[in-house]
Amino acid sequence: MPDMNRRKMLATLAVAPLAVGVVGQTVGVENKFKVAESTREKLRKRFFPNFELTTHEGKTVHFYDDLIRDKIVVLNFMYVKCEGVCMPVTMNLKKVQKLLGDRVGRDIFMYSITLKPEEDTPQALKRYVRAHKIKPGWTFLTGKPDEINTLRRSLGFKDAKTRLDQDLTNHTGMVKYGNEARQWWAMFPGEANAPWIVECISWMDGTDAQPVIQATQKESKRAESGHRHSKTKKR
Amino acid sequence: MANISKRNRRREREVKNASKNRREIIAARLSRRDLIKAGLLTSAGYLIHKKGLSARAQWGGGGGDCDRRWWDGSGGAPVSPPTTPFVEPLFIPPIAQTVPALNPAPTVAPNTAAGEQRTRNHQALTTLPPVKFYEVHQRDQLLSVHPELPLQRLWTFNGTVPGQTYVARYGEPILVRNYNNLPADNGGFGLQSVSTHLHNGHTPSESDGFPCDFFASDPVGNTKWYDQHYPNVLAGFASSHPPLGDINESMSTLWYHDHRVDFTAQNVYKGLAGFYLLFNQFDTGDETTGFRLPSFPNFDIPMMFNDKNFDPDDGLLFFDLANRDGILGDKFLVNGKIQPFFEVKRRRYRFRWLNGGPSRFYRFYLTKSNLTNHPFWIIANDGNLLKNPVQTTTGVMISVAERIDVIVDFSSFAAGSIIHIENRLEQCDGAGPTNNILPAGQGAKVLEFRVVSDAVTDNSVNPATNPTFYQVPTRVAQRITRCFEFDRRNGQWVINDELFDCNDVRFRVKRNTAEIWRLEGGFDWSHPIHIHFEEHQVLKRNGQTPTLIERGRKDVIRLGENDDVEIYFRFRDFTGRYPMHCHNTIHEDHAMMLRFDIDDVGNNNENDCGHH
Ligand SMILES: [Cu+2]
Repeated sequence: MPDMNRRKMLATLAVAPLAVGVVGQTVGVENKFKVAESTREKLRKRFFPNFELTTHEGKTVHFYDDLIRDKIVVLNFMYVKCEGVCMPVTMNLKKVQKLLGDRVGRDIFMYSITLKPEEDTPQALKRYVRAHKIKPGWTFLTGKPDEINTLRRSLGFKDAKTRLDQDLTNHTGMVKYGNEARQWWAMFPGEANAPWIVECISWMDGTDAQPVIQATQKESKRAESGHRHSKTKKR
Repeated sequence: MANISKRNRRREREVKNASKNRREIIAARLSRRDLIKAGLLTSAGYLIHKKGLSARAQWGGGGGDCDRRWWDGSGGAPVSPPTTPFVEPLFIPPIAQTVPALNPAPTVAPNTAAGEQRTRNHQALTTLPPVKFYEVHQRDQLLSVHPELPLQRLWTFNGTVPGQTYVARYGEPILVRNYNNLPADNGGFGLQSVSTHLHNGHTPSESDGFPCDFFASDPVGNTKWYDQHYPNVLAGFASSHPPLGDINESMSTLWYHDHRVDFTAQNVYKGLAGFYLLFNQFDTGDETTGFRLPSFPNFDIPMMFNDKNFDPDDGLLFFDLANRDGILGDKFLVNGKIQPFFEVKRRRYRFRWLNGGPSRFYRFYLTKSNLTNHPFWIIANDGNLLKNPVQTTTGVMISVAERIDVIVDFSSFAAGSIIHIENRLEQCDGAGPTNNILPAGQGAKVLEFRVVSDAVTDNSVNPATNPTFYQVPTRVAQRITRCFEFDRRNGQWVINDELFDCNDVRFRVKRNTAEIWRLEGGFDWSHPIHIHFEEHQVLKRNGQTPTLIERGRKDVIRLGENDDVEIYFRFRDFTGRYPMHCHNTIHEDHAMMLRFDIDDVGNNNENDCGHH
């Protein structure tokens, strides 16, 4: 990865304007459209509601202003009593946090928001953080149930079919990552190989990031054992 | 007729109302509580069905899931502003022009010192040296999609959407120098880092546009570039059919598009796609020679279909960043314009239909103004000419990235006749179509043909005479059968229960051997699965012999819910890394992908088919 100064310079280069209006192109079109707002402002309104949330430390924060704005973020949903389903993601993100080192909390921010705010109080989340020895820079959050639900859907942790959307376990696997100022947003599977996840997050530093294609340990292991995939589910 | 125009007017009005309602809600800054009080929102977060608010569902055809609310105040796509259909002619992308030479000259090893970002040597630059050179600049450009909408700042190959059309010939290798000049401000979505894939060329890996062969320009200065060598050579040239390859592996309609891992949907939605047509001594582009298919470019027309959304407030292209099922647009574009018209003479045409995504499945019919179907001939699937033309009176299905070449005969129409390309496949969400076929006139009309009176000759072959194009290539015994189950685990796409990683080689194919793959779909979703590099043959679909249309060579397999498809491959001539992935670009960007490599050893991974 590039050194800090260069990275910082790149991350702030060409940051999209936040509140300044851009003149809409209306050539040949009757004046029926509003002058376009900055795209960053449009994204904020549609995808990043500024709800009040409470951290596992009991601190009150606003989602957009305090957690997202101007930051590189890694964000997922979970709940405490979800051992079999959420734990693999939490444990994997712990590896990711370790690989990212002291960047977490400094220029990369990790957030886990509960899907069950009714039972996951700040105290319950704090116990979870302690029990799993999660390091600073990764914040667990709770809030008002209906707002958490809107936030979940606004961020794309949702399914088109109601039956699937209402099953909370469907929202525990994927992790959103992005750079708010550069308007880059994507998702990775929370159980993907941790070094690969770190590579994905590194793209948020600046687009000069180059691919790091190399044979992983997993691959060589696979080659030796003549891997056969497990058959554990459905049908 | 009266009924239709009434229905159209009603629909138009409802779109306008929906747009107005939404604007009113936003303008009034109503809170969720206010909406519930006003009876517009249920406590579960769904907007009450209000006349106008469900226009998207009605466009989708109505019925079943299509009646559910599309907007609940949390993300999601808006209802686009109304536009008058069929006011602009079809845009025909310009033909790519060669440059005399490239400076610096192409080199086998990446010319890193001069700014090239390729990571591996060219495999065939000296054995199949390029005879034509191109320069393409990926850059932004203000373009019109419809005269009633503002200009859009799109991402382009050399300034147009679709990008310039490459007209290539077998036996004439080319080299494209691809510069990344994308702007620092992405305008709300898209990543300024690219990997251009030629779908589905017989292309060595380093030029294929593998998702992790992406490159960006240094934001503080120098433009970076990447040389892509397209040998335009038939599969088998260095293995089973030396020295020219197997003529029955000829391809004709290819396309190129950005394939940047995790950001493909955004970048292609923004405009990064175009056609690449490949001719030979049979498919000549001249209707007086070879197979006598309608002459290019006058009677041989590429058409790229996309569905997109536009912000009703400012009229600008809108990409739903909070969607992982698949994005459905309520505006239908052909070659970058919303609902264009195309004037045709009273003769046969070849149309090369491409579903450019992002997610929708189409079933296209030719609907006459009396609401009956005009039959047409399917001559190629995924750009590969079939053995014989197949006539259809029930339309043709096209999932994302599939190409269907058709012959349409307009000679029976009087001048002034109107015929529409109409999508009649109902689809209510990004996960897949309902498979309901809507009645004629109630689907989405995407393009209007207008028959003009000009006298015209037609030397093209009459498909009714049953001409033979290519044979299905002969098969040899497979070295291995591999099985792949596509499923989802807690929202994560998995293939055989494993997740994507560009660095993880899931299995190794031994070069110049044949394989059989069994692909199995899961529940709740349909997936167009694409495998790079070699065309495959469909052996069985759900245990049955495939239809005539699917019996040729393909590179995209439609996996409907719980489908089970068996396909045959022969991976020849080149080595390196390639992906298999879902071409619903939203699924693709949510890691529904795996990497396999071709080498001279191969391995036996992913061959556990024992559960059958
Ligand atoms: Cu898919």
